[in-house]
Amino acid sequence: MPSRRALLAGAAAGLGLAALPAAPVFAQAKLRYDLAPRPVLPGIWMVEGVTDYFDKVNGGAIVNCAVLQGQSGLILIDSGPSRRYGEALAATLRPLDLRGVSAVVNTHHHPDHFFGNQVFVDRPILALGQTLEAARRDGDAFADNMYRLLGDWMRGTEPVPPNTALDGGEVTIDGRRFTALPLGGHTEADLALVDVETGLLITGDLAFLDRAPTTPHADLARWQEALTTLEGLGAPAVLPGHGPFDRTGAALRQTRAYLSWLDETLHDAARTGLDMVEVMDLPLPEEFAAMGAQPQEFHRSVAHLFPGVERAVLPRAN
Amino acid sequence: MFRYGLSLCATLLAGAALAADTPQVPLDDPFASGMWEDHQIAILGDPADIRFDDRVRVFAPAAAEDAFHVPLLIDATAIPDVEEIVVTADYGPIPKILSYFPGEAQAKLALRFKIDQATAVRASVRTKSGSWHVGGTLIDAAGGGCTAPAQAYASDDWEEKLGEIHGRLWAATGRARLIVDHPMDTGLADGIPVFIIRDLSFTNDAGQELARLALSEPVNEDPAFTLYFDPARMPPLLHVSGRDNNGNRIAGTLTGEEVN
Repeated sequence: MPSRRALLAGAAAGLGLAALPAAPVFAQAKLRYDLAPRPVLPGIWMVEGVTDYFDKVNGGAIVNCAVLQGQSGLILIDSGPSRRYGEALAATLRPLDLRGVSAVVNTHHHPDHFFGNQVFVDRPILALGQTLEAARRDGDAFADNMYRLLGDWMRGTEPVPPNTALDGGEVTIDGRRFTALPLGGHTEADLALVDVETGLLITGDLAFLDRAPTTPHADLARWQEALTTLEGLGAPAVLPGHGPFDRTGAALRQTRAYLSWLDETLHDAARTGLDMVEVMDLPLPEEFAAMGAQPQEFHRSVAHLFPGVERAVLPRAN
Repeated sequence: MFRYGLSLCATLLAGAALAADTPQVPLDDPFASGMWEDHQIAILGDPADIRFDDRVRVFAPAAAEDAFHVPLLIDATAIPDVEEIVVTADYGPIPKILSYFPGEAQAKLALRFKIDQATAVRASVRTKSGSWHVGGTLIDAAGGGCTAPAQAYASDDWEEKLGEIHGRLWAATGRARLIVDHPMDTGLADGIPVFIIRDLSFTNDAGQELARLALSEPVNEDPAFTLYFDPARMPPLLHVSGRDNNGNRIAGTLTGEEVN
């Protein structure tokens, strides 16, 4: 089914709008991403997102991208929320290696992690097989919502799914060795990568730090299993999907603590007969209230998860 | 004279149009929504005694995260002698969501509905004396909730679960909560006719009706409700009965048991 935007574009073309006289030019503030790759380990940079929800001020630059030196250019892990973001990334990374980005990896199929792919479409864009399928399936619906949330920041953005399936295990991407961990729980397929040279763990959205985890496609039990696997690696440094670079393991611990609290809170609420509006009204513990994008993310999680929890908790009445 | 006649005719036409579009009690809509007056006339029957009233409180998230399950909590307990609460969305292909007749229960209800676009949502409360009191809230939404097929059809066992009820009573807080499995098809998805629960009646063990719900298409798939009672007058059990527009009976009993 074509998206609403595609239909609108078709309607505009049908009306011959292109033949109309030139539209008046309006002054408009220029929408520009100020991206600053920061060195975090030898040959590794991080482009850090803000810890808020998507809005028309941040342009959706809420995601962390990892950049690693490859043999023939830079390996980019996650490509940002829009075409404009991808273009800004390409420009800002160029001074690090004049050959630019040589390969892209998408950790999962959420739009802030793959909508910059459009700019790197002639390069290998790797992801788990299930992520490829999910990006194809959900891309247009995500785009509709992102245009609604971000407006003109999204101009010209078309979802471009990854083009190369990646299996778990030892993999070499542009000459650089990684251990690929095919996990899940945040979405149906979440890829975590360990950089063999430095031991850096790149978690995608399996870990957040000081920013509330998001749950639109979450399976909390599976997510906790994934966190157990990641904690078992004992990585010296963690680059989470959202939030600051972490050398202490706090991202994994905090994500686990939040998800446990969330699950328990929703079950308790269902057992005491609350409905969603009442659950959303519950106070957050201080440590979780202080996270970025709260209480919005808690409210969103109630919408995603509570109906299922409640169904499991309430007894049959016939 | 000819010109005068024409202008008189135009005036009469304008007058007729005014009569059809303007309610007998025009209200100053706090949300300045373009559809409220239509609903005041067509859904509420253009009542002679009506006002916006802050005592009718409608709680909902400011933005609908899931267009298929938007939660609403309506609290009109500050208004005495409530007979009916009509819940409507200003914008949407089917504006009426449901009517609640609280009877022996409190004038308070939690529900979920399908949202089709950003809209004002209203609770219009009718008292025994026939006066109407209207409250509302705004909900932003990406939309599409009313025109998609039910999610149940993704699994092939939905028919076996049809009419299944989960729920229980909480005597201490006077709550009765239930979820009824039903696709609640709006008739707006391609080739899928209207298939909805029409009525749910709540009776005590003596068969006395304590409260009643009349559902319309926008109520969410697997409708979920909380009814609120004065804990001192909470019945020890509550029979639920109803039927859908295909004649399927819905029946169950809510008790205080945590599991069964």
